Amino acid sequence: MAACRETPSAFPDGEIVGQSVALGHVLREGRTFDVPDDNWETRKVAIIGGGIAGLTAAWKFKRENFNDLVVLELEKEAGGTSRSGKGEPVGYPWGAHYLPVPFKENGELISLLDEISLLDGRDANGEVVVSEQYLCREPEERLFYKGRWYEGLYLNAGASEEDKREYGEFQKQIDTWVNWRDAKGKRAFVVPIGECSTDAEATSLDKISFADWLRQNGFTSERLLCYCDYACRDDYGLKVAQTSAWAGLFYFCSRVRRSGAESQPFITVPEGNGQFVNHFLEKVSENVRRDCMVVSVVPAAKGVDVICLAGNKLRGFHCEYVIYASPMFTAPYVLRGFREDAPFAATEFQHNAWFVANLHLKDRPKPRFAKDFPLSWDNVLYESPSLGYVTATHQKGIDYGPTILTYYYPMCEDPNGRTTLFNYDWRQLADVCLTDIARAHPDIYELTTRLDVMRWGHAMISPRPNFIWNGVRERAMKPYRNIHFAHTDLSGVALFEEAFYHGLRAAKEVLQA
Amino acid sequence: MKRAPLLFINVFVIATCGLIYELLAGTLSSYVLGDSVTQFSIIIGIYLFAMGVGSWLSRFIDKHIAEKFVEIELAVAVVGGFSAPLLFLSFAHLSYFGFVLYAVVFAIGVLVGLEIPLLMRILKDELDFKDLVSRVLAFDYVGALVASLLFPIFLVPRLGLNRTSLLFGMFNAAVGLWGTWLLLPLIKRNVTLLRVKGAIILVLLAIGFIKADRLTTLAEDALFVDNIIYTKSSPYQRIVVTKGKIGYSLFLNGNLQFNSFDEYRYHEALVHPAFAAFHGEPKRVLVLGGGDGLALREIEKYSSVDFIQLVDLDPDMTHVSYAVPALGELNHHSFDDSRVHVTNADAFVWLDSTQTEPFDIAIVDFPDPNNFALGKLYTTRFYNLLKSKLKPDSTVVIQTTSPLVARKSFWCIVSTLESVGFTVRPYQTTVPSFGIWGFALAKTQAFDPPTKPPANLELHFLNDDSFASMFEFPSDTSRPSDDIEVNRLDNQALVRYYEAEWRRFEQ
Repeated sequence: MAACRETPSAFPDGEIVGQSVALGHVLREGRTFDVPDDNWETRKVAIIGGGIAGLTAAWKFKRENFNDLVVLELEKEAGGTSRSGKGEPVGYPWGAHYLPVPFKENGELISLLDEISLLDGRDANGEVVVSEQYLCREPEERLFYKGRWYEGLYLNAGASEEDKREYGEFQKQIDTWVNWRDAKGKRAFVVPIGECSTDAEATSLDKISFADWLRQNGFTSERLLCYCDYACRDDYGLKVAQTSAWAGLFYFCSRVRRSGAESQPFITVPEGNGQFVNHFLEKVSENVRRDCMVVSVVPAAKGVDVICLAGNKLRGFHCEYVIYASPMFTAPYVLRGFREDAPFAATEFQHNAWFVANLHLKDRPKPRFAKDFPLSWDNVLYESPSLGYVTATHQKGIDYGPTILTYYYPMCEDPNGRTTLFNYDWRQLADVCLTDIARAHPDIYELTTRLDVMRWGHAMISPRPNFIWNGVRERAMKPYRNIHFAHTDLSGVALFEEAFYHGLRAAKEVLQA
Repeated sequence: MKRAPLLFINVFVIATCGLIYELLAGTLSSYVLGDSVTQFSIIIGIYLFAMGVGSWLSRFIDKHIAEKFVEIELAVAVVGGFSAPLLFLSFAHLSYFGFVLYAVVFAIGVLVGLEIPLLMRILKDELDFKDLVSRVLAFDYVGALVASLLFPIFLVPRLGLNRTSLLFGMFNAAVGLWGTWLLLPLIKRNVTLLRVKGAIILVLLAIGFIKADRLTTLAEDALFVDNIIYTKSSPYQRIVVTKGKIGYSLFLNGNLQFNSFDEYRYHEALVHPAFAAFHGEPKRVLVLGGGDGLALREIEKYSSVDFIQLVDLDPDMTHVSYAVPALGELNHHSFDDSRVHVTNADAFVWLDSTQTEPFDIAIVDFPDPNNFALGKLYTTRFYNLLKSKLKPDSTVVIQTTSPLVARKSFWCIVSTLESVGFTVRPYQTTVPSFGIWGFALAKTQAFDPPTKPPANLELHFLNDDSFASMFEFPSDTSRPSDDIEVNRLDNQALVRYYEAEWRRFEQ
């Protein structure tokens, strides 16, 4: 019997890909770097980091016909946590995999979507109409609970009257916050965070955890807490007790247009947000230097010198401006003089660790019960520390045969998550992934032909209590000498829209300087 | 207390149970495999032979006869009691169903064959041989009669196969459990253990009996009225062909696709209005779905057509008219026509990824939208993709389920077509196997519905007198006044309408 098997007869091949931890940690050694004279180039702008913020800035420069720039990327591939892989029959994400349809006010982001030809036009209210094939196809989400799959992310099956009442009450609270406006008419929660109200009634929510907020508002339903915990782990890589209440409510409120409206639909394709990376690279690829680790940024008399390690060679750039589009915590290691005269406390920017696995399947898992809700885009396992898996072929309407599942696991249960993550080898991480999925699909071992893992040591900024509105973000958004910071860290949440916002902001600051 | 009369009741119950299990296996296998003569004959043969094996084996049981008897009763209770659910499930999920079937029948036969010899040996000290043989055998045969009368008259119609099986398992378990009291002086050891085992088995069977509805929906989906002559589990679906008095039927995942008795009504109504609405001589025809080749048969009646592209998901489906020669005859060997080009692909993916010259006519004949994978084939996205493969004056026809049973679903498909710019002329006709059935005739240009079928065709259903009336809708199938959503990939509204409407017909 399959269920009694102790060791699975089949185990897929695979490896750990991407992120070179040893490379990044060279910075910790505090070496000095002498660049040979003939290894210097001159660029007006250097963008450090080829994630969404850095690529957005480069894209903006190009749109303004400004070409005197270089993007320096540590890894072999640009794209940061929006990177994707090429596969058969479709590509697949290595991290971020969707973008909620922006509100009409987010004009710059809409112009990007327009440029990629994702839009059909505008509706009567001026809101964008995204082409049907890019809007997440139904069935969108399902939940595995005690042997069965159910529709949606909230566990309705077996909910008591009290559970239902609390869920309704929770929706009412969300509705209240969706409708809330400050004296200037600003929303409490909206994307980008730069447009959110700074009124204390809203921002004081940041002082407590989301778990405390739920408790204070009388929510005790276990399935509601699980639902909120899933939301926090999904968007922030934190448990509900580790997340700021402001951030928790931001998740639920910021993408709802008006009270009673559905949350904004998701834009997605098989390779997830890799589609945006690929688009940016189409435009700016010639300016991107991959495998290029910036080891030192030295503010000079006129401008900034940037030194990087490309292969084994040191290379220097004399620049007028630098856009620092890397995680904020790295600033003290890279920016000469930062430690002595810190403009902001870099240690405030804390990140959490994740691993992501891509499972290449030769066929779909067999449904175990005829009435199980069918394979969906997002497939979540209740009572699992993982976030479940996303089906890459779903959006293309490929409903039979080989597929690729992307499995997400935030290391938020473990206080030393990052260390634990890097102590695990491929086999152990593959075991974590397969045993978790096998609870729902015992045939996963036989079906998986390849399983690759990416370990993200510093995957996402952690919006823990008392971070987003404690003032450090505002300080970090100000340029330091000729260095402009641009990263989703500066919003306190890891979102494509926020990285895009800061990339644009920094590019505009430099263009106007 | 004298044990003997009570033990004869045991004989009666045991005999009834034994025959019931045999009848269950025979009935079940002829349900799912067809050819009941063969099935019953093989099952009876194996069962009687196995009983012989059991009787012969009884000689090797020398000690603790009473205890062994109770244990065998409990074993029969488990194997026999769960036999029907087990067999249904294994038919639904295993490819070697025949092996499981005969193994179960053999096991029950051996155990039942052990029962009577052991009981006779228990009774031998209390009666003389003459009485013993006459009474035991008499009760045995009476039990058989009761079983064979109860089974068709009461058990199958009232309880169904699963419940019957579980109920008689409970009787066997009860005999075993009761035996621990009745035969107490003969049982030397472990009485409590035996009783606990008996109680657990009884409870499990009772739970099964109460929950049998769930087992039934799980397993009896595969239950067909007619004889099954062909089954194939492809990666996409389970194909079953049955033959009954009035002809052949083809089922996909248990849903009827056609019956040879009246399929011509469906396929003539599907194909010819699209040709009637086309002005000029159609040359290129696209068929999406239609792997049974019956729509092809109708299309091939047009000599102007020189290219027919058929796209069907399942190679086993486009092969079925070769696998079942009767179906090849029914579709007039339509796949052998050199104008036909078959591609096995999901039509949605095919339309999205294939460059091809535009078609004059498209015939869209998918199964009803009862799941999301099928629902996507009725979305605005799908119809936009289809439109990109058409010319301005092309015509399209789509099978659109029953406007009577699934009125909202039917009009949802019409609205969806309209929302992407088609002019739609819905129509309906009667196909007895299905009921009132609907279709949507559509063009990207405005057009009036055709009034007559194309001339000079050999048709058995459509004629000049009744053709135009198909485009009229009586009050119970006409367009509802309430708002109906357009079916999109990101809402799959149709699947939800369809489920809600057809669920009313489920028990």
